[in-house]
Amino acid sequence: MSNFWSFYIIAITVITILGCVALLYFTRKKKQSSEDGQTTGHVYDGIEEFDNPMPKWWLWLFYISIVFGVIYLILYPGLGKYQGLLGWSQDSQYQQEVAAANERYLPLYEQYAEKSIEELQQIPEALKMGQAIFANTCFGCHGADARGSLGFPNLTDSDWLRGGSPEKIKAAILNGLNGVMPAFSETLSDKDIDSLSSYISSKNVIERPVIESFLANGEKLFKQNCAACHGQDLAGNQALGAPNLIDEVWLHGASPGMVKDVIRNGRINRMPPHESILGQAKSHIVAAYVYSLSQNKEAGTN
Amino acid sequence: MAESTDSKYNYKVIRQFSVMAVIWGIVGMAVGVLIAAQLWIPALNFDTAWLSYGRLRPLHTNAVIFAFGGCVLMATSLYCVQRTCHTPLFSRKLAAFVFWGWQLVILLAAITLPMGLTSAKEYAELEWPIDILIAIVWIAYAVLFFGTIAKRKTSHIYVANWFFGAFIITVAILHLVNSAAVPVDFTTWKSYSAYSGAIDAMIQWWYGHNAVGFYLTAGFLGIMYYFIPKQAERPVYSYRLSIVHFWALIAIYMWAGPHHLHYTALPGWAQSLGMVFSLILLAPSWGGMINGIMTLSGAWHKLRTDPILKFLIVSLSFYGMSTFEGPMMAIKTVNALSHYTDWTIGHVHSGALGWVAMVSIGALYSLIPNLFGKKQMHSIKLINMHFWLSTIGVVLYIVSMWIAGLTQGLMARATNQDGTLTYSWVQILENTYPQYGIRLLGGFLFLSGMFIMLYNVIKTIQKPQPVDKRIPEPVH
Repeated sequence: MSNFWSFYIIAITVITILGCVALLYFTRKKKQSSEDGQTTGHVYDGIEEFDNPMPKWWLWLFYISIVFGVIYLILYPGLGKYQGLLGWSQDSQYQQEVAAANERYLPLYEQYAEKSIEELQQIPEALKMGQAIFANTCFGCHGADARGSLGFPNLTDSDWLRGGSPEKIKAAILNGLNGVMPAFSETLSDKDIDSLSSYISSKNVIERPVIESFLANGEKLFKQNCAACHGQDLAGNQALGAPNLIDEVWLHGASPGMVKDVIRNGRINRMPPHESILGQAKSHIVAAYVYSLSQNKEAGTN
Repeated sequence: MAESTDSKYNYKVIRQFSVMAVIWGIVGMAVGVLIAAQLWIPALNFDTAWLSYGRLRPLHTNAVIFAFGGCVLMATSLYCVQRTCHTPLFSRKLAAFVFWGWQLVILLAAITLPMGLTSAKEYAELEWPIDILIAIVWIAYAVLFFGTIAKRKTSHIYVANWFFGAFIITVAILHLVNSAAVPVDFTTWKSYSAYSGAIDAMIQWWYGHNAVGFYLTAGFLGIMYYFIPKQAERPVYSYRLSIVHFWALIAIYMWAGPHHLHYTALPGWAQSLGMVFSLILLAPSWGGMINGIMTLSGAWHKLRTDPILKFLIVSLSFYGMSTFEGPMMAIKTVNALSHYTDWTIGHVHSGALGWVAMVSIGALYSLIPNLFGKKQMHSIKLINMHFWLSTIGVVLYIVSMWIAGLTQGLMARATNQDGTLTYSWVQILENTYPQYGIRLLGGFLFLSGMFIMLYNVIKTIQKPQPVDKRIPEPVH
């Protein structure tokens, strides 16, 4: 803030407050001559006005609120560049609250830092804490039950885009992931996309009607355009995050219409990195919880 | 015609605005009841885009504030300014233009908001072509009002007219500044705000809070200052208090907007000033309540028999309550709990239903018989019934939203022993659900009262009698 604006803010604030004080000070007493119960003498459409004094308690209320305001503006930022005696700011308040919370809660998480994610599977208290973090931080995309939704992976099945080992899960949480399926609407015709969709449907475990005459062209197009990522066998590639197209898991919808839409328009999926949000210790525990979801088959799959 | 009109009040535009106020009140509140019902049973949007909550919510707020509130304010201000200045309106033609122009604004809002055309600024959602029309009609209204003041036969200007005047001037400035936008499409009327980021937010809430301060407070205090002494047949309690609280109110309200933006990207100094001036605003706000209620001293017995006076006095009680609640909610630590919860919705409605709607209803019941040559409304009993439906409705509404808001605020900040949040969003919502039912009932009761009013008004204005519109000579 420039000195001019700082001065301007201070000036109009002080003028407004002093103006209120002056207004009250000069009007607080009525003239000696008039008495209670006397009107001002004005009559408007039959309405008259008494010239009663302002209630004392009301004046006091006004004065006290002004005094409070002045003290507040001495202690806290408000008058332009002046930062206030307490040196308070909303950022420093936030930092202090986070530091206090870390001091209090972080040891609870750090006690498990030396344990491996496999070992943590045997410690229900740790998994419960992981679940609580998941419910705070991850539920927005993956759902409170971790089953995901359209475009957001289900974490309770054993199908993993990038691999489901403890290390892979923890790395995904800390560093995030990017998955890109390019759009083919510019390079493939509608008929090509229909052929591809038929070919993919013919290879998928879900039974669907396919147009036999499309399959040969579909296979050719798949090998040209898709196999590099999804594999000649359509089984996907976890190193690239390319989904398996044979199994029943369809991140962006299983219907032929959705499959065609993905081919036509592509998809960009992003799991944001959480190291700066959760830190190492909490990420470790939430990774243990996520890992546990796919280990317990009974609870994990439909 | 010209020679006879100068000695007679002009009531035509007052009649038009008064009747439309009742009709728009019903429309606006009915939309409110519908969206309250949608929060209770979401399927009530019937999977229809223009019936969805996001489009009807701005329709509700615009209809009750600008259609209902606007018609009430224009009816009462144009009536009061003639009567207390002992002079007819400045121009008949301008009065007709203001009425039909304002109805056109309302009609365009009722069409474009359900279509989803919105500038996305709260309480200023209408797109730029309508904004331009509003500006023109509003300036015409200002010319009509101040032109009439200029023609006054009295030496002084009555206090109600100061409040109306401040309301008219300030709303013009607020509207012009906040609605400044860059049109980008002439067929869909799409535009983008002339401001960006935190500045846009600050301008929006400078507008938003002063819309509360000048439109919903100063304007309706003008109504209070005319209709309470009239209905109570008592002099105003303190002329001195009315001057002091007027100047303090309009000087300090201007500063309060930033309390809508606590703990945001708005710089800390602006937040602090918003909070400090919101607290200093308490006394100036209460000045109006004290003056209104004390005006009744010596005539308290009239409350037993006059339900119109009950409406007016109870509205002042709600005014006092919500102008106490507001400064409290502006304190940062309280705001950290109350903001983003239904407490805010409850606070708004204790002002909007308890104060604005009830003082409007009282004023209309007092005004309408005068305009149609009747001694009083068709049925005093029905006014009384309306009063109780409204009061019970408001209380149910406010109390349910207090419970809902406090519970939401407390649940959202509850933490487990490991520092994680105890409740998920859905758990908080589940907990709120019963309160949404009670709120719906409260709103429904308030709306039913409005239907009783419509019936009573129709009965009153049928077979109108000749009205004595002669202008008496002022006493001073």
